[in-house]
Amino acid sequence: MKSSVIIFPGSNCDRDMDVALKKIGFKNQMVWHDDLEIPKSDLIVLPGGFSYGDYLRCGSIAAKSKIIKSVFKFADSGGLVLGICNGFQILTETGLLPGVLLQNKYQKFICKNVHVKINNKENKYFKNIKKEILELHIAHNEGNYFCSDEEIKSLNDNNQIAVTYCNEKGKEDDQFNPNGALNNIAGIFSKKKNILGMMPHPERMIDKYLSSNDGNFFFESLFENLK
Amino acid sequence: MEVNEQIAVDHGLKKEEFNKICDLLKRTPNLTELGIFSAMWNEHCSYKSSRIHLKKLNTKGKKVIQGPGENAGVIDIEDDDAIVFKIESHNHPSFIEPYQGAATGVGGIMRDVFTMGARPIANLNSIHFGSPQHPKTKNLLRGVVKGIGGYGNCMGIPTIGGQTNFDESYNGNILVNAMTLGLVNKNKIFYSKAAGIDKPVIYVGSKTGRDGIHGASMASAIFDEKIEEKKPTVQVGDPFTEKLLLEACLELMAGKSIISIQDMGAAGLTSSSIEMASKGNLGIELNLNKVPCREEKMTPYEIMLSESQERMLIVLENGKEDDAKKIFDKWNLDFAVIGKTTDTKKIELFFDNNKVAEIPINILAENAPVYDRKWKKTKLPQKIKFEKDNFKKLKITEVLKKILGLPNISSKKWIWQQYDHTVMGDTIQKPGSDSGVVRVHGTNKAVAASVDSSALYCYAHPLTGGKQVVCESWRNLISCGSKPIAITNCLNFGNPEKEENMGEFVECVEGINEASKFLDYPIVSGNVSFYNETKGKGIKPTPAIGGVGLIKDYKKMITMDLKKNNNLIIVVGKTEGHIDQSVFAINILNEKKGPPPVVNLFNEKNNGETTLKLIEEGLIKSAHDVSLGGIITAVSKMAMKGKKGFKLNKLKVLMNKFDYYFSEDQGRYIIEIEPNNLLKVQKILKDNSVHYDDIGIVTENEIIVDKEPILHIDDLIESNKKWLEEYMDK
Repeated sequence: MKSSVIIFPGSNCDRDMDVALKKIGFKNQMVWHDDLEIPKSDLIVLPGGFSYGDYLRCGSIAAKSKIIKSVFKFADSGGLVLGICNGFQILTETGLLPGVLLQNKYQKFICKNVHVKINNKENKYFKNIKKEILELHIAHNEGNYFCSDEEIKSLNDNNQIAVTYCNEKGKEDDQFNPNGALNNIAGIFSKKKNILGMMPHPERMIDKYLSSNDGNFFFESLFENLK
Repeated sequence: MEVNEQIAVDHGLKKEEFNKICDLLKRTPNLTELGIFSAMWNEHCSYKSSRIHLKKLNTKGKKVIQGPGENAGVIDIEDDDAIVFKIESHNHPSFIEPYQGAATGVGGIMRDVFTMGARPIANLNSIHFGSPQHPKTKNLLRGVVKGIGGYGNCMGIPTIGGQTNFDESYNGNILVNAMTLGLVNKNKIFYSKAAGIDKPVIYVGSKTGRDGIHGASMASAIFDEKIEEKKPTVQVGDPFTEKLLLEACLELMAGKSIISIQDMGAAGLTSSSIEMASKGNLGIELNLNKVPCREEKMTPYEIMLSESQERMLIVLENGKEDDAKKIFDKWNLDFAVIGKTTDTKKIELFFDNNKVAEIPINILAENAPVYDRKWKKTKLPQKIKFEKDNFKKLKITEVLKKILGLPNISSKKWIWQQYDHTVMGDTIQKPGSDSGVVRVHGTNKAVAASVDSSALYCYAHPLTGGKQVVCESWRNLISCGSKPIAITNCLNFGNPEKEENMGEFVECVEGINEASKFLDYPIVSGNVSFYNETKGKGIKPTPAIGGVGLIKDYKKMITMDLKKNNNLIIVVGKTEGHIDQSVFAINILNEKKGPPPVVNLFNEKNNGETTLKLIEEGLIKSAHDVSLGGIITAVSKMAMKGKKGFKLNKLKVLMNKFDYYFSEDQGRYIIEIEPNNLLKVQKILKDNSVHYDDIGIVTENEIIVDKEPILHIDDLIESNKKWLEEYMDK
């Protein structure tokens, strides 16, 4: 199984993602933003970080980078594209996913463990995952998901809401919403469910010496479903 | 402009210093040259008041690869791995412009570390603010935290620990000390010493602008009413460029083309070029027209004194320019050959085909002024006779709740949650612990790091305070199961021209040195920040000590959270009941006088090493050192972290219970052990002649002390967390 992690200048979770993918069994390769082609892959990952410094809207310059056309092509053909954190921001900037990620409601960078509920298992990412709720980690300043009324309706109608912030028992309310995201949204799919963008970082939670190892459930499920 | 004495004084030089310059040069310097002298001879760069005292420091040890004098210190952590680390102050700029000041402080220290070829793996910081009631404190705190986070988060380096203190002595001078640890192969360390003649001198990184001109001079001056005017001397940070610079430098370092490399920090191009040449006993020639500039019509004076961030100076092997340029082009960074090394032992600057400066290097470096300033010894204060009858009105649990809610004791989660502390995927102990711990990527090893300061103790008696802060650092590292290896120090003091302040410096350094020697805990890097004084009022002496320790097998790391009901809670080390200068005395009894707790280095070492032995034998479930607030505060912190309670036994010692629970005697640890290991633990402690008290047990969630009303652990957690949250957000 082959995966490609795209490195933009300013990406800083590329190595962490590489480690996580390899641990689970992927043959991973790193792809430079200035390249035109992505080597043959079963999964493309846009990692976290501050692509091009994110001095403009987060992800906006990455959405116009050279490599991104190849990502479009791959996604159009049904390939799996996963965007974590800054990767999610880039996916919304490209239009591959609807909505935007605004600054956190409390106007602060937040780094902490959160729980998310898996809302839809009928896809390559979460099919047969052994858990309903995952403890993952967030670290962002702009993770406050927002979209129009039509868009949220469409997301709901098409079962595109992937994961939502909740407590350890799965209760979703304001109290467990770390950044003010609309309907506690932590991650969404494209209509065809081949593209997933989410703010939490599964790659930081892959062994028991870290503050959770629930990231493993995510990667195991993804790997098994791609086999 | 004709240079005269007044212009020199305006540059922060003393009249005598200006005369010395004219004597050494045998002529009057021009303005560019004067600027260079002022940059090299200010306190920040020349260490002129501190040098003779720093020379005495204990800087050698079996694990030391590089001590002070380079960009950072380097220690051996076995298997060819080495840790590069240093702490540095950015106090003055952070007070003037908290966000940029703190951000560029973090950026600067990371550059010091990756200049040596190391990839940064952890950041820490020590920040001190004025009284919470002071009108500036809240905004300064908010800005500094945002700045530290803004830079470190973007770089993708986890911030794994730190400390925050409030005291009115910082009302006009906050302290922002940033520390970075980097990992390097010990055979691939890069140094700043240039070698060889006619080697190309390369400028890489950001363009040079007019920001930060005279930054180092500003950092060497006291503040007055006009500090607002100094805003333009604060540099502006660009963490994105620094991230690119990091990756580009490490890529270039993987090859063999670099002879020497130096980051442009304080005093920018001036100090970096002079330092490289001076260490290599060479000359250097620069063509300033080649320096990439951000603004038009910059003068040689401005180019040499700019402190624009994210820049490096490199001496390359001949013929490697094209290969190097390719790397910097890939990362979209400026790259320019701006000069060469020479055999003249002079710095020679050219601009528009004219020679605009020519100064022998030794005049700037070795002949820089050195002062043996007058200083005054601080007498050990008399012990206070506390009226024990007054204690009868108090309840242990009520005092405890109050202490846990004090600004300096309260939880700092509001702060560290704004720092990315998990990026790089190796953080196994997060902020809010005794030490932060990160794994050495891809190995079984981990490094622990902690930053500590104790200004109150240092103010009461600098010699004892200096020793204490080193011991505290040592204990914090031991508490997580790491073997302490070495320290870096950031010496924050008032005005060295005042005998009291200079005395505080001299005696704190003496204390630090004594403890460092006894514990075999050498000092490998550091920085001095003087002139932390506003309108005649200086800060309390605040040496901050950054310690680094090694855990050979990270699976054996210990955390401080209480683990299991009915486990035994034991105090390692003897409690004497010293409450002078304790949180209890100052905040509850309102008694600010008296001596700090005695530091017995023999006990400190013995207790620490024995505790480490217990950890290595796998006999300890959790551990925490006893510091501010005494035994009961320490146990409470362990309980809050583990969301457990505790029940204390009736005291077995003949001592007032307030003295016992709140005294701040040194050299103590709280450990949690399983009841069936008690005999084994007792034997090891006895065999090593370590005193211990068995004080209680872990409970599900109740805090039970004598016959006082029972508290729930949530009460303590609430008391501990609410102060800072309410202060900042409500």
